[in-house]
Amino acid sequence: MYLRSDDRRPQMSSGFALRVTLIGGLGVVLFAVLFFRLWYLQVLSGDKYLAEANNNRTREIRVSAPRGEVLDRNGKVLVGNRTSLALQVNPQKLPAKQGERRAELARLGKLVNMSLRRVRRTMHEELKLAPSSPVTLRKDVPSTLVYYLQENEASFPGAEVQQVFVRRYPQGTLAAHILGNVGEINADQLKEPRNRGVQSGDQIGQDGVEYEYDRYLRGRAGATRIQVDSMGRPTPNGQLSVKEPVPGDNLRLTIDSSLQAAGEGALAARGLPGAFVAMNVHTGAVLGLGSYPTFDPSIFTKPLTQSQVNALYRDPVAAPITDRATQGLYPTGSTFKPFTAMAALNGGFLGLDEPITDNGGLTVGGITFQNAGGGAYGTLTLPSALQVSDDVFFYTLGYRMSGTTQQQRWAHKLGVGEATGIDLPSESSGLIPTPKWRDRLYKKGLTDRPWSAGDNVNLAVGQGDVQLDPLQMAVGYSTIANGGTVVTPHVGKEVDDTAGRVVQEISPAPKRHVKVNPAFRSAILEGLHAAAQSPGGTSYSVFGGFPVPVAGKTGTAERPPYADQSWYVVLAPYPNPRIVVAVTFEQGGFGVDSAAPAALTILSEYFKKQATAVGSAGGRVE
Amino acid sequence: MQTARAMRSRPQPFTTRPGIAERIGLPYMDGLLALSVLALAGFSIFTLAQATTNDVPGDPYYFVERQAIYVALGIIGMALLTRIDYSRFRELRVGVYTFMCVSIVMVFFFGFAARGSRRAFDLPFFSFQPSELGKLLLILALAGFVIDGARRGSERQRTARYLFLGLAPAALVFLQPDLGTSLVFGVVTLAVMFVGGVRWTHFAVIAASLVTIIALVLVVAPKLGTPVLKGYQEERLTSFLHPSRDPADAGYQQDQAKIAIGSGQKTGRGDQATQTRLDFVPERHTDFIFAVIGERYGFMGAALVLSLYALLIWRALRIVTLSKNLYGTLVAGGITAMLMFQVFVNVGMSLGIMPITGIPLPLMSYGGSSVLATFLAVGVLESIYMQARLSQKSRFAW
Repeated sequence: MYLRSDDRRPQMSSGFALRVTLIGGLGVVLFAVLFFRLWYLQVLSGDKYLAEANNNRTREIRVSAPRGEVLDRNGKVLVGNRTSLALQVNPQKLPAKQGERRAELARLGKLVNMSLRRVRRTMHEELKLAPSSPVTLRKDVPSTLVYYLQENEASFPGAEVQQVFVRRYPQGTLAAHILGNVGEINADQLKEPRNRGVQSGDQIGQDGVEYEYDRYLRGRAGATRIQVDSMGRPTPNGQLSVKEPVPGDNLRLTIDSSLQAAGEGALAARGLPGAFVAMNVHTGAVLGLGSYPTFDPSIFTKPLTQSQVNALYRDPVAAPITDRATQGLYPTGSTFKPFTAMAALNGGFLGLDEPITDNGGLTVGGITFQNAGGGAYGTLTLPSALQVSDDVFFYTLGYRMSGTTQQQRWAHKLGVGEATGIDLPSESSGLIPTPKWRDRLYKKGLTDRPWSAGDNVNLAVGQGDVQLDPLQMAVGYSTIANGGTVVTPHVGKEVDDTAGRVVQEISPAPKRHVKVNPAFRSAILEGLHAAAQSPGGTSYSVFGGFPVPVAGKTGTAERPPYADQSWYVVLAPYPNPRIVVAVTFEQGGFGVDSAAPAALTILSEYFKKQATAVGSAGGRVE
Repeated sequence: MQTARAMRSRPQPFTTRPGIAERIGLPYMDGLLALSVLALAGFSIFTLAQATTNDVPGDPYYFVERQAIYVALGIIGMALLTRIDYSRFRELRVGVYTFMCVSIVMVFFFGFAARGSRRAFDLPFFSFQPSELGKLLLILALAGFVIDGARRGSERQRTARYLFLGLAPAALVFLQPDLGTSLVFGVVTLAVMFVGGVRWTHFAVIAASLVTIIALVLVVAPKLGTPVLKGYQEERLTSFLHPSRDPADAGYQQDQAKIAIGSGQKTGRGDQATQTRLDFVPERHTDFIFAVIGERYGFMGAALVLSLYALLIWRALRIVTLSKNLYGTLVAGGITAMLMFQVFVNVGMSLGIMPITGIPLPLMSYGGSSVLATFLAVGVLESIYMQARLSQKSRFAW
C-alpha cells in the first residue's frame, strides 16, 4: 500500500500509476463502446429505425366505400344502400385494467343485447384478423343508443358509433335468389385471389350477383392517414393524406322486374316448390328467374337468429335458400321429346314425314311401355306426335337409337345436361344418363342393373335417370328455336359507373353453334305450336285462347316417391320465337294443370309490356 | 512542492493588487474542464428549448427557464468551490458524512412521494434531492476517512470500514427506492477505495461477493418467494437483455429510445423528431434526454455531446494525477468514476445496451439537484487543479 498518513501527494508510485491507467483505459473502452453503438444505430441502421419511427406515428383510418346498386333492366333499384349506425369498440381506448375492461364490455353488451361471452368472442375473432383496429359489435343500433353513449361518454371509453352502409332491398323479396347477399369477409376468403385488396372487416358479396359481380360492386375503400402520439391520439394538424373512397359501380341486370314479379307471383299462387326461367332465345339474357319458396334478403343485413338459420338452411323440403331454377334437378318428362326428335332426325332414325303406328304400347325386353294416358293414337308423323305427346312414337325412336349414344350426344349438343355458364354461383350440371355411366355404377354395385334398351326408351320421353333444371331446358329449347346457337344465359346486362356511364357491357359469347336443319326445326316447332294452340294439343286448354301464337310442351315426370313433377316449356311468338319460358313444380301433377298456367301468366305479362312499348314508343323491348 | 505549504502561510507583502480575473482565479482554472461543462449545460438548455416547448400547458419555456436557473446557480456554486481549498472538507469529513446521512434519512419523513418513490424535498423553488448532492458529499467524506484511517487497524479491517461507510448511505438510497443513485454510491465508494490503494485481493473478494449477491437477488430470492427488488426494478434491470419481450413495458421504453436515436441518422430530424415529440420516448427531458439529442441532431449532435463528456472525463482524470495531495487525488478519482459511470449507464440505457436504472445524464438531464451537484463536483475538481497549480507556481493571488 502506497498510502501514507501525512497526506503527502506521493511520487507517482508504480502501483498508483497502474490504477490511474486502468481507470483511464476503462474510460477509453466505455466511450469506444458508446461511440460504436451510436454509429451502429444511427449510421448503419438509421434507415430501419427511421421507417419504424414513421410507422409508429401514423395510423390509417379506413373509410368504407358505398357498394354499387343493383338495378333491373329499366333502372329500377333492386338493391340499394342505406346508412346505418354500428356500435364499435376501439380496443386501444378501453380501460387498461382487466376488471374495468370486463365491466365496460359487459355494460356495452347489455345495451345491445349481447352476452359478455359473445362480446368477448366477437372481439377476439375480429382482433385476430385485424389487430388494434375497431371491432364492430353490432350493426343497426338505434339512434337513442348514440345519444345515450354521448351522454355517458366518460363511462364508456373506447365505444364509438360509426356510420356504415347496409344493403337495402326496396322490392322486398323480389329476385332474392338472383341478388344474393353480402357479408363480412372471412379468413379463408381473405386468401382468395379474387378478393385482393379487400381487408378484414370489409363486406363482400357472398352469393348471387353480389358474389359474381363483387369486384365491380365493392368499390375501393378510402383511407385517411393521420399522425398520432404514443397514446394513439390524433395530433393537431396531423392529417397526412386523404384518399377518398371510390363508390362501387352499379350493376344493371337483364331482369325485368314486372316480369320477375309476375313469375314469382305465379309460383307463389300455386304454392308448390318450383321455379321458372324466362329468357331471350337469341342472346341468353334472362328476363326473369325465380324459385319458390323464397326468402327475404334483408335478413342477412343483421346477424341471423337460430330460427332464421333453421328456416333457411335446415328445412330439406322447403329449402328456400336453394335456387331451383339453376340448382333444382328433376326428370323432365315429355318436355324432353323435342331433343329426342332432333337426335332421331339427325341420325336418320326417323324420316321427316315418316309415319309410326301407335298400337298403345311398345314391348322391349319383356316390358311393355304404354302411353301415359293408356290410349292409342294410331299412325302419326312427328308434328302430330308432339301435338298429342304420343309416348309410343318416342318409345320407338328411343328403341331405334339403342346401342348408340345418339340421344345423349344431341342432348349435350343442344345445351342440356351440362352447366350453362350463367353468371350465378353454384349452378348444377344435371345428368343425361349414358350406358357408360350406368354400367360403371352397376360395377360398383350402386345400382341393380346395367344399361339396357329400356333405358333408351325411358330417356326418349325424359323419364328414368335424366335430371335437368329449368334453366337448362330453356337453353335447350332456345337452341332449337334460334337455329342452333347455344346461348350463354346471363342476368348481368351492364356495369354503369355512378354517373350512369356504361363501364362494361355484359354479353357473354354463345357456347357454340350446332347445325340445325331448318326443316327439322320447323317440324318440331310446328308440333309444339299445335300442342299449345290446336284443338287436341296437350296444353290447348291453357293456350288455346292466347292471342300470340306460341309453341309449348307439357311434361309430367314420374319422380318416385313424390307425386309427378309438372313441367312446361314454351317459345313465343311462333314461328320465330324471341322468348322461352320454362316452368316446373315439384309434385305439381300434369304439366297442363300447374306449370302451363304459370307460363301463361308470365307470357301474358311479357306481351302486355310488348304491346304497350310498341304502341307508345314504337321501340322494341325484347 | 514541499515548499508550497510553507509559502502559503507567509503571503508576500509586495505583490501588486490583482485584477478581477485574477481574483476569481480564472488564470489558474482548468479552462478545458470549465469549457466542457459549460458547453454541456448550454447544449442541455438548447435541447430543452427545442424539444420541450409547450410540454407544460400555458408555460412554453417551463423546463428551459428552470434549467437555466439551475445552471446559473450551479456556475456560481462551482466558482465558489473553486476558490475554497477543498482540503477543508477533509477536516469536516465527519460533519459532511453526518449531514449527508441525515438529509437522506429526512427524506423518508419529510420528502414527497413521486411515482412510488420518496426521494426529494419539495422546496418553494424546486425539489431538492439529497441523494444527488450526497454522491459528492460521500466522496469528500470517504476520501477523508480513507486518509485518516490509513494507520488504524489491519488492512482487512480498513477495507471493511470503507465498505461500510460507503454502503450504508447506498442502502438508505436504495430504500427510497432509488436503485440508480444507490448504484452510483456503490461505484464511488469502490472508486475511492481503488484509487486509495486497497489491495487487489480485497477487490477480488468484493467482486466475488457482488456476483453472488446479484445471483441471489435476481435468481434465488424470487424463487424462494422473498423478492428483494420491486417488480418494476427487476423488469427494468433485465429488460435490455430481451428488449422486445414486452413492448408495453420497460422494454418498450428502451425500444422507443433506440428507434428515436436510430431514426436521427447522421444529421438528425430536427423538428420532425416525432419519436420524442409525440411522447413515444418517456421521460424525454430527464432520463432519456440523450434519445432527444440523438433524434434531433443525429450522429453529429450525439457524437459532439459524447466528445464533450470524453473531454470532461479526460480532464478529471488528469486532475487525479496532478493533485498536490492524496486527498485531492482520492476526491478527483471518486468524481471521475461518478461521472464516467453516470454517463455510460445513462447513454448506454438510451442506446439499448444498459438497463433502465433511472440515472440522470450529468448536466444534460433536466433537474436542479443533479445539475447543481454536478457543477459543485466540477467546482471541487477545479479547486484541486487550482491548488496544484498554485503550489507549483509558488505564488498567491490573494
